[in-house]
Amino acid sequence: MLVKQISVFLENKSGRLAEVTDILGKQDIDISALSIADTTDFGILRLIVNKPEQAEEELKKEGFTVSCTDVIAISVVDEPGGLAEALKTLESVSVGIEYMYAFVGKSTSEALVILRVEQPEKAAEALDKNNIRVLPAERIYKL
Amino acid sequence: MKCWNPTCECMSRDEMSSLQSERLINTVKRVYYNVPFYRNKMQQAGLVPEDIKTVEDLKKLPFTYKQDLRDNYPYGLFATPMSEIVRIHASSGTTGKQTVVGYTRKDIATWSEVMARTLAAAGATKDSFIQVAYGYGLFTGGLGVHYGAERVGASVIPISGGNTSRQIQIMKDFGTNILACTPSYALFLAETLDEMGIDKNELKLRAGVFGAEPWSDNMRKEIENKLGILALDIYGLSEVIGPGVAYECEEQHGMHIPEDHFIPEIINPKTGEVMPPGEKGELVFTTVTKEGLPLIRYRTRDISALTYGTCGCGRTLVKMERVSGRTDDMLIIRGVNVFPSQIESVLLEIGETAPHYLLIVDRIGTLDTLEVQVEMSDKLFSDEVKKLELLEKKIKDKIESTLGVSAKIRLVEPKTIARSEGKAQRVIDKRKL
Repeated sequence: MLVKQISVFLENKSGRLAEVTDILGKQDIDISALSIADTTDFGILRLIVNKPEQAEEELKKEGFTVSCTDVIAISVVDEPGGLAEALKTLESVSVGIEYMYAFVGKSTSEALVILRVEQPEKAAEALDKNNIRVLPAERIYKL
Repeated sequence: MKCWNPTCECMSRDEMSSLQSERLINTVKRVYYNVPFYRNKMQQAGLVPEDIKTVEDLKKLPFTYKQDLRDNYPYGLFATPMSEIVRIHASSGTTGKQTVVGYTRKDIATWSEVMARTLAAAGATKDSFIQVAYGYGLFTGGLGVHYGAERVGASVIPISGGNTSRQIQIMKDFGTNILACTPSYALFLAETLDEMGIDKNELKLRAGVFGAEPWSDNMRKEIENKLGILALDIYGLSEVIGPGVAYECEEQHGMHIPEDHFIPEIINPKTGEVMPPGEKGELVFTTVTKEGLPLIRYRTRDISALTYGTCGCGRTLVKMERVSGRTDDMLIIRGVNVFPSQIESVLLEIGETAPHYLLIVDRIGTLDTLEVQVEMSDKLFSDEVKKLELLEKKIKDKIESTLGVSAKIRLVEPKTIARSEGKAQRVIDKRKL
């Protein structure tokens, strides 16, 4: 149920983001979702791609610092309170969220969210039990 | 490891003092009569050669400075006719005009002898394969180690510096046992080994003699682990002879100085006064067997301390502490003395950091600023911003508590700090004073 997310260390220098996406593009790796966390000096680029292992390897080969982490992808109903429902569930089982980001799926009635939590297995199980749709990795990679 | 020359390396203090006295008396006479510079200096100090009767009188003699070598560029301080000189080397000249040194045939023999002692202390025998990855040329590193290795009777691989993947290929194919290069290059070789996917156990490497730049014990551990070897510190400077001026034994606790050739002193760099054994100060050398370029009380600008006594290895030669900095590359930041090697120790203590770093010193208004750039590595990296910020804070706090200066820490992408195949550049000082 867990999705592999690739994180890349980037200095805040122009052209670095272009370089990463270029490397991935040349290897025919498709990006489903991305988010950047930045500080004044550096940023962390987080990516969901269709071939995470290959992406990690290619970027390392080019000298980037890369890590791979398990995250959860959920689909919530695109209406007020949709996300709150999912977050309440996590709170009820005391799973903290490190960070999250939303991204665009193919359907207009659902919103997709990536969650990075401390205990992904436990979180996914709790969400599933509460009828929140946890999306399988294969579906996310194909987006 | 066997002593190359037990007679000289293990003699009693009394025997050593009388040998040094005899040789010092001869050297002083030689420079007084052959080198106008020394004669003038001694006359100004009201000294004649006869005033120097034993090694105890050494402290009466005036110091010699690097500037003196520059002022007498190129051959002004040579004590023999040029027809006796068989080799010329020169320092890199990174801090000004280069300094030129000349060797007679006997000087080359002395150099080979002290380097043979150095290599034997690292376990070299006639059956060893020694890879010399110091640069060959005017720099003394390459040829100095080379001649010592030949004297031992080892098979010398004179590959010189650079061409890292070829170094590793040859190390593997030729069965290198002992590597000689700068410590930063040794670490770079170890990293490249990883990248090439070669396991250290595929190599026959057993020991390395590393010198020509300051390094820390933590860096030693990292080199030893990554290459699976005994890493020994060696010390030298071209003015005294080149590599071979001091060498570690397997005790790894200070470097033995072949004081039958080079007499060391530790002085207070400000007052010139001789410090007692164990105290830190500037290292000063007097050469007592050299013919081409004898030096009297030469100020090295290196900070060290001397320890006398019999070492665990059996040698009685005085030991110098690892150089903890230079009186001239010491940075003064907001009035605090900072040596780049101290920052290196901090980074390594934090553990996971590879010791590639760069210090950038600047002055904004009237305030000095110190920025420490540290390369990101797989081990340090996290996908969470707060963990990376915590890492920056950890480094910052540690530098502040150890050195007493606050620094801005900047994490940079791997391999963005320039690697050097010779001496690593650790500091960029942008201050215009």
